Amino acid sequence: MPDQQIALMAHLLRRAGYGASRDEIEARAKQGYDRVVEELLTPGDDPGIEEDLMYRAYPSYFDKAAIETGQTEWVYRMINNKHQLKEKMSLFWHTILCAGDNKVDNARTTSIQIDKFRDMGMGNFKDMLMMLSTDPAMLYYLDNIESHKTAVNENYGRELLELFSLGVGKDGEFNYSEDDVKACARAFTGWNLAPTIPVFPYGRTPFEFRFDPADHDYGEKTFLGETGNWNGDDIVDIICKQPATARFVARKLYDFFVADEPPVPAWRLSAPRDMAAIESLEKAYFDSGYEITAMLRVLFTSDFFKDEGVHFAKVKSPADVVIGTMRMVGDHLEPKPGLFFVAMEPKYMGLDLMNPPTVEGWHMGREWINSGSLIDRINFASSMLGNTELPGVRSIIHRLMDLGESPSSQQFLDGCLDLLGPMQLAEETRGQLTDHLDAGGALKHGTQAEQAEFARRTGEALQMIATTSEFQFG
Amino acid sequence: MVSTVKDPVLAVISLSGGNDGMNTVIPYNNPRYRDYRPTLGIAENLIIPITDQLALHPAMAPLKKYWDEGHLAIIQGIGYPHGSLSHFRSMDIWATCEPDELGVTGWLGSVIQDVDPTGENVLTGVNFGRGLPRSLAKEGVPVASVGDLSSYGLLTEMGAEAQRAEALDLFGRMYAPAIGQGAVDDYIRRTGIEALKGADILSTAPGMYHSEVEYASSAMGSYLRDMAQVHNANFGTRVMFTTAPYNIFDTHANQAVGQANLLQDVASNIDSFMMDLRQMGKSDNVTLFFYSEFGRRAMDNGSGTDHGTGGVAFAIGDHVKGGLYGEYPSLEPGDLEDGGNLQHNVDFRSAYTTLLDRWMGLDAKAIIGGSYEALDFI
Repeated sequence: MPDQQIALMAHLLRRAGYGASRDEIEARAKQGYDRVVEELLTPGDDPGIEEDLMYRAYPSYFDKAAIETGQTEWVYRMINNKHQLKEKMSLFWHTILCAGDNKVDNARTTSIQIDKFRDMGMGNFKDMLMMLSTDPAMLYYLDNIESHKTAVNENYGRELLELFSLGVGKDGEFNYSEDDVKACARAFTGWNLAPTIPVFPYGRTPFEFRFDPADHDYGEKTFLGETGNWNGDDIVDIICKQPATARFVARKLYDFFVADEPPVPAWRLSAPRDMAAIESLEKAYFDSGYEITAMLRVLFTSDFFKDEGVHFAKVKSPADVVIGTMRMVGDHLEPKPGLFFVAMEPKYMGLDLMNPPTVEGWHMGREWINSGSLIDRINFASSMLGNTELPGVRSIIHRLMDLGESPSSQQFLDGCLDLLGPMQLAEETRGQLTDHLDAGGALKHGTQAEQAEFARRTGEALQMIATTSEFQFG
Repeated sequence: MVSTVKDPVLAVISLSGGNDGMNTVIPYNNPRYRDYRPTLGIAENLIIPITDQLALHPAMAPLKKYWDEGHLAIIQGIGYPHGSLSHFRSMDIWATCEPDELGVTGWLGSVIQDVDPTGENVLTGVNFGRGLPRSLAKEGVPVASVGDLSSYGLLTEMGAEAQRAEALDLFGRMYAPAIGQGAVDDYIRRTGIEALKGADILSTAPGMYHSEVEYASSAMGSYLRDMAQVHNANFGTRVMFTTAPYNIFDTHANQAVGQANLLQDVASNIDSFMMDLRQMGKSDNVTLFFYSEFGRRAMDNGSGTDHGTGGVAFAIGDHVKGGLYGEYPSLEPGDLEDGGNLQHNVDFRSAYTTLLDRWMGLDAKAIIGGSYEALDFI
């Protein structure tokens, strides 16, 4: 039976970050759960990595001529940011407030948006929506730059309501009308970009926001029942006080950190999986004046988060697979060649960072899995975990040796599962693996030759565990 | 007229990055060409004339024989209205046929589903490369993505062959039973078995392939060689896709050398692929289509060319009716689109319609979301 405190801490670090080595999990568990939660929630302004060191090793991260460079830098931060929740919030917001470089075509502008998600991700939701509404990548992606006083483009106005804040409906009701969409879009006319600098000959420069008063519709608008000469910031004010917005943020946080919910368009008619949990998050939203940190504090200290029923019940996202594996095996913990290839893996598994398929983002949960992505997930994780030279794997081997002179196949398998999670396997799967281990003979590590063989068989066992369907959950 | 070939196969190559159409099919007798291309114009003594107006780039030499035998179709001035100059957007538009919305369903994904509605054959569509290109993406449609056929499959990095065989056997046993751990777990197990099946079948292809044909050693060469092997193996694969390395045709600078090398790579490997299929006696049911997401600016920039609109695409195959389709875009200054781009006069969806209606025998309209006039190259 795995240690419950270890299991809970591992669960927290997997969800509020990208997992951790066993050493870190144990050290954190000693600190105490609530203290660790508080630490995760209050990273301050510290970037969490040595940025000077990163930029010195990878100068191209600085101006990001190609989106792949931005993706690689992000993956470096995901692996190494010691403020893991702060880092994970950048992905959380990216999966909701989606802009794609496939349209923006300016990697630096798109990457700056992610930096803002990281910096503001645990701040106030109102600030987040204001940032978003003045974010060049978003204004470009959703055509607000084409929205004029005399010819309104509703794209941003609509998605702001439908996908970024209220959601189409809740409890069977619609959250807004087509007239609200029009009023919202009118309020954001003139929210535009400064003239862009031609790309040649010096390469891309980031786009900049500019409000153009001459192109703004100052007329009266009625939005969600309130009438006035609303500008965009008034719209954001009105949005933030809606119960639907509290529901939206609560459900998104629950979906990302606790258990899979259906995609937003289904929310009008599908009740949350755990209404009491959602209500407690909604309450934190209003009580705190829209503070995300307050909601996260309620979430991570709640029983519904700690509940064993939600441990390993979410299909890992490609970022969880790739980054989680890297942190477990302890590779790329400092700048070194080859990170680019690691950073392309999430794309092969269906998560092309900063290139969401649509403004709706990625469909998650089981939709991460198809026959191609499953092969990539399995091959990536098992090749890393089977590499007995990597520090995280070496540490697992040494800990397994501590089990005794010649552990039984059951003990050995339990040890592997404990150190990889602690995770559990279905009885049938366990049986297959134990039979396989038994067929390989006794697991000794007395002589040097036995030690080498023990290491090899550990690597092989970890590889096989990485192929299981259970390993696809996190 | 619909082709009567049994089990037609469609092979598609994307020349990612925006290939310069004007230096691929060269309007050598148009004086404007020399005006626009002071640096990059191809010398008259090097070009390969195919008509009294047009010539192929010298690096396209390996494909000249297909022109001569009447099996190379050149689709000139291909594009779509209000062409996007963003690579990524334009690639997506060619992949999804949705110029106005951000589409998620790839046209070839729909083709695979139409050919094999129940998804019975996990290899109906195969991508040569890694990840799932948007052209092949469709919910519920399995597509194998083969980075390297000789090492494709599960646990390929496992050292010894015997050990790997044992591991795969174990994998099959672990995944086989639905053990009632919930719908998602069942789904993953089913998918795992599907993946294993696909990989098992694919791994037999190299053993069945015996060929003297040489391919250039490049990504394109190995993808096309893998394609020939999969086709040779008769797995029932009907859609094959690959792409040149991401964005590599984006020749803003040093194009003279760059594009020549790229075209040489593409043309020589396509020639190898075609020869390979012919030597196997299996070229009859394959049509190969290759395109780029846009052409390039009419005027060179002194070293390369910038993003343009109207471009050129090609179809090649035993049942392709060779010749010129569409019209060469006018080079008159008044006819250039803003910024100096060649106007398209053939919608790429017309080319797709030809391939789907006349070659694959499918309902193109449903797949590409509209009616476009077919061309006569099939």
